[in-house]
Amino acid sequence: MRYLVIGKGVQPDGPPPAGLLDAIMKLGADATKAGALLDTGGLAPGTAARLQVSDGRLDVTDGPFTEAKEWISYAIYQVRTKEEAVEWTSRFLQIHRDLWPGWEGEVEVLQMFGPGDHAPSA
Amino acid sequence: MTAADPHPAARRAVEAVCRIESARLIAGLVRIVRDVGTAEDLAQDALVIALETWPRTGVPPNPGAWLMSTARHRAVDELRRRYRYRDKLAELGRGLAAQQDTAGHAMDAAIDDHIGDDLLRLVFITCHPVLTTPSRVALTLRLLGGLTTTEIARGFLATEPAVAQRIARAKQTLATKRVAFEIPTPDQMGQRLASVLEVIYLIFNEGYSATAGADWMRPALCDEALRLGRVLAGLMPDEPEVHGLLSLMELQASRLPARTGPSGQPILLTDQDRGRWDRLLIRRGLAALARAEALANTFGPYALQAAIAACHARAATPQQTDWGRITALYQVLAYVWPSPIVELNRAVAVGMAVGPAEALSLVDALRAQGSLDTYPHLPAVRGDLLTKLGRHAEARDEFTQAAKLTRNDSERSLFLAQAQTSD
Repeated sequence: MRYLVIGKGVQPDGPPPAGLLDAIMKLGADATKAGALLDTGGLAPGTAARLQVSDGRLDVTDGPFTEAKEWISYAIYQVRTKEEAVEWTSRFLQIHRDLWPGWEGEVEVLQMFGPGDHAPSA
Repeated sequence: MTAADPHPAARRAVEAVCRIESARLIAGLVRIVRDVGTAEDLAQDALVIALETWPRTGVPPNPGAWLMSTARHRAVDELRRRYRYRDKLAELGRGLAAQQDTAGHAMDAAIDDHIGDDLLRLVFITCHPVLTTPSRVALTLRLLGGLTTTEIARGFLATEPAVAQRIARAKQTLATKRVAFEIPTPDQMGQRLASVLEVIYLIFNEGYSATAGADWMRPALCDEALRLGRVLAGLMPDEPEVHGLLSLMELQASRLPARTGPSGQPILLTDQDRGRWDRLLIRRGLAALARAEALANTFGPYALQAAIAACHARAATPQQTDWGRITALYQVLAYVWPSPIVELNRAVAVGMAVGPAEALSLVDALRAQGSLDTYPHLPAVRGDLLTKLGRHAEARDEFTQAAKLTRNDSERSLFLAQAQTSD
């Protein structure tokens, strides 16, 4: 099963603490070496544009809408159960919680349809 | 998971952690106890303890280290017991202090962080040439994939007792032949690595050949082989053929969504809706091929096959396929890895690059050799070439013959349909 994990967070003032980046890199390497992490990347802070349909109207609002200290990133995992995707995501968030007091964020784990998308065992 | 389970969600979360940690745990234990069966038992004990404890206490901050230390305590007990037993047998009467020293030593060694080396050693053990190929496959899936005996049996259409026996025998063979738990020396590496790659590709093909609607465990073998290939690429980043195999599997798997129709019928490569090919896997496959290319001046058999698959992946339409390059790659492949099946595929490429008449003479030469007499794709390819040459009656006979030879139901339907349209 393939999962798309998208996270948004707010970073506290000041530079990221020492060791945070190393810990993130190590986790990324671990997940890659475990064959679970297929793809990941940081996204530029702020939203480039917003599009909306409501009341039969399509609106395009050009950005950027930059929010100070915003953090956005995504990851694609190939795993056997949803819980495995949740576990890798938890480890990512634990690093932030433990190393950067005041850091807050929210992550969504979304299942993607893909070739590995087989029905779970009964 | 019975109805009595008070924490089903917690239990599933813990199972996920255990699944992530299992192979590394077994690999670390193999280094200490030098026996695959004992290591698996110890790992199993630690996982059971975790499954009992964590749903109540929560998963510890470093679950891998927790499992390792729990299993290590048991390993030390096990070693003590074993040394005592051996001492009794030999009536050496050595003091307990010496035994404790040995056990303590093993424990210290285990604390060292050798995860990468441990895993790699385990890969070479489960794919060791002293084992039969089916045993290598089963043991690899069990210890590195963490698959249950039931899952392996379902994946390979075998009975559970047969798989269980295969695994038990494999462990026994490793023990009695005193297989060294070391990474192969450079002069052994070529042969040993070839065995590892073969095992992973066998697992992949077992899943790839499964028909739609088959037990889900069979296609899931593709995922498992891909995972093993990715793990191996992390463990041996400098081996071009490791990246070659990974590239081949990523590129082949990218076509999985397009290679069967709604009712499960197979769709030939040139007829597939390329919009359904998995772009992420194609990108990963091409990147792995580039790594293989950067590491070696000459391609090995897996990188060559990946390079052929890449020609298809890069072509937006069948007409844009670089058949000239594919023909050249098959020529090299036939040289480094001579096989009648490679030769048959080369003939198909020649048919596209040059013309059906030239291809037909290659297929006829192959047929005269007789080594593919029972291979359904020989008459199927011949039928296709004859159709293109307008020799429809002969083509029909070939497709009928192909339908007779195949053991795959949906393939048979495809060949019979081709025989009918040849009329």
